[in-house]
Amino acid sequence: MPIHEEHLIRPENLKTHENLVIDGVDVSGHWSTFIESRVVTDYNEAIEEEISSLPGGEFIHRCWQCGSCTNSCTVNAVNPEFNPRYWIYLIRMGMESELLRDRDIIWQCVSCNKCTYACPRDVMPEGVMKATAHWLELKGHTPKSPSTVFDEVFAGQVIETGKIEEGRVLRHFLKRTGQPMIQPWLVEMVKRMVFGLPLKMLIHLGLANIFRPRTSQWARARSAINEYVAEKEDEHQTALGLDDLVELAKQEVTSKSTPAGE
Amino acid sequence: MSSGKNYKKVAYYPGCALEGTAQAYDRSTKEVGKALGLELEEVKNWNCCGAMEVKNIDPKIQTYLSSRVMSIAANEMGHDVVMAPCNGCYHNLKKAEYDLQNDQESRKVVDRISTKAGHDTYQAGQVETIHALDWIRDEIGEEGLRERTKGALKGLKVANYYGCMYTRPRHIFPEKDQGEGSESTLTPHFMDDLLAAAGAENVDFPLKTACCGGAHTLSDSDTSTLLVTNILKAAEASGAEVIATECPTCHSGLEMHQIRAEKNFGYKSNVKIVYFTQLLGLALGLKPKAVGLHENISNSTDLLREKGIA
Ligand code: SF4
Ligand code: SF4
Repeated sequence: MPIHEEHLIRPENLKTHENLVIDGVDVSGHWSTFIESRVVTDYNEAIEEEISSLPGGEFIHRCWQCGSCTNSCTVNAVNPEFNPRYWIYLIRMGMESELLRDRDIIWQCVSCNKCTYACPRDVMPEGVMKATAHWLELKGHTPKSPSTVFDEVFAGQVIETGKIEEGRVLRHFLKRTGQPMIQPWLVEMVKRMVFGLPLKMLIHLGLANIFRPRTSQWARARSAINEYVAEKEDEHQTALGLDDLVELAKQEVTSKSTPAGE
Repeated sequence: MSSGKNYKKVAYYPGCALEGTAQAYDRSTKEVGKALGLELEEVKNWNCCGAMEVKNIDPKIQTYLSSRVMSIAANEMGHDVVMAPCNGCYHNLKKAEYDLQNDQESRKVVDRISTKAGHDTYQAGQVETIHALDWIRDEIGEEGLRERTKGALKGLKVANYYGCMYTRPRHIFPEKDQGEGSESTLTPHFMDDLLAAAGAENVDFPLKTACCGGAHTLSDSDTSTLLVTNILKAAEASGAEVIATECPTCHSGLEMHQIRAEKNFGYKSNVKIVYFTQLLGLALGLKPKAVGLHENISNSTDLLREKGIA
């Protein structure tokens, strides 16, 4: 018999036998496909608590697995592997290694909040996606995603000056992600933009690069925000049990800078 | 739905995009206001609301950033209404309002940073945040627009695109979904109503609140291009000649990925992308230059001229 919804099973867990005889009965053909049985022993029960300690993850415990989030999800519609309901399940079960198989796509959530809109339990799945992506990075399971790099470049500029200048964010982002500034579509866009613009505008855009927009008397807000960010980072580090690691890394750095034999 | 407050003179929060890539939206909003006799007073020395990025570093900083804008409008300028034409700003101010109303922890953080930054803490309820759509719809109304525009957009087929931030998540917009006269979060219609009042023919567009991938427009461009392609295709399939926008991120996302879809994936589309304020401005008899039509990347001048609109 064919297996229904075969696409829901990972290909490596499907076993098809060419010729199969069970208890003397030849079941080759239709009856020859099986799902590999498996035993999970490596539960990591700390994951749910760790992810709920990060911003956005607070309400993960409310989930009752209805699937409305995945059903309404923008990214799921273009990539069926992107499955918020399933990841929430894995996190709550502590099935870390399963979760890690999808580590490279979780950050792709576009924050459209279709899931939040659909969720009957106010889990705020959008937040859970962000917290999970953040968790993967903090734990060192993934490098910083392009999205995180962008958030950092952007937030960095806001905290520094109070405002954003888009051209600058774009340049910094491309630089930090190692992409060339000359992207064919970008060139085409600038061409069409320049085409329609009066000289006055161009001068204005040019000047914006020199006179960066900023909020005046921002310095006190900046230091208050920075102080808060630093505190939060420490809190997250502790919640994820990374304190010892960070301590170790610090010692490593200091011992390396001390000359040998002393 | 009208809160009963007067929108004739409101605090105006343009936000960073309207100072940068979306100058045309800023210009057309101001010009439309002038033509309608509505007054905008820009929030003094405003800061970025945090857009879609700062919340991923920490949501409470975003709440602080938005609260500072509202605090200035209320405490330094004496306003009780802030109008934000950008969906991102509008969303974040609403979100901050909700959090400050409902979350003790957010209140504490905002109070702490505000005190250190040296300004009054914003108290929930001091201002009402509205979108440019509410502003025109409530103060001028469909009837008022009908009289002033005399069906000027007649014959123009429009797909109204609202994006994500204007309606989601629902809980930060308590005034929506309140029946007759209020905005719907599932099938928003305020822009449809205004443009229809100005004579436009709104097409049946199924992707009004679809996502353009704006949050990852640069960090995951291919996904964004794919999402925008779906929107462009749906608009063309429903017979639209233009997509009307009410958000600078959606607008520039559509423009950018329309080009990217053509350059990188060979999908060419003809539908034009225009701010709803530009269409209303033209309908009110303003010159194309005055509403910044030439500043759009998507060139709609020929089409609108052909139709006798520009
Ligand atoms: S919609 Fe909400 S309750 Fe349903 S599976 Fe998703 S997160 Fe869980
Ligand atoms: S916010 Fe993220 S997870 Fe939720 S529907 Fe949108 S893309 Fe999917």
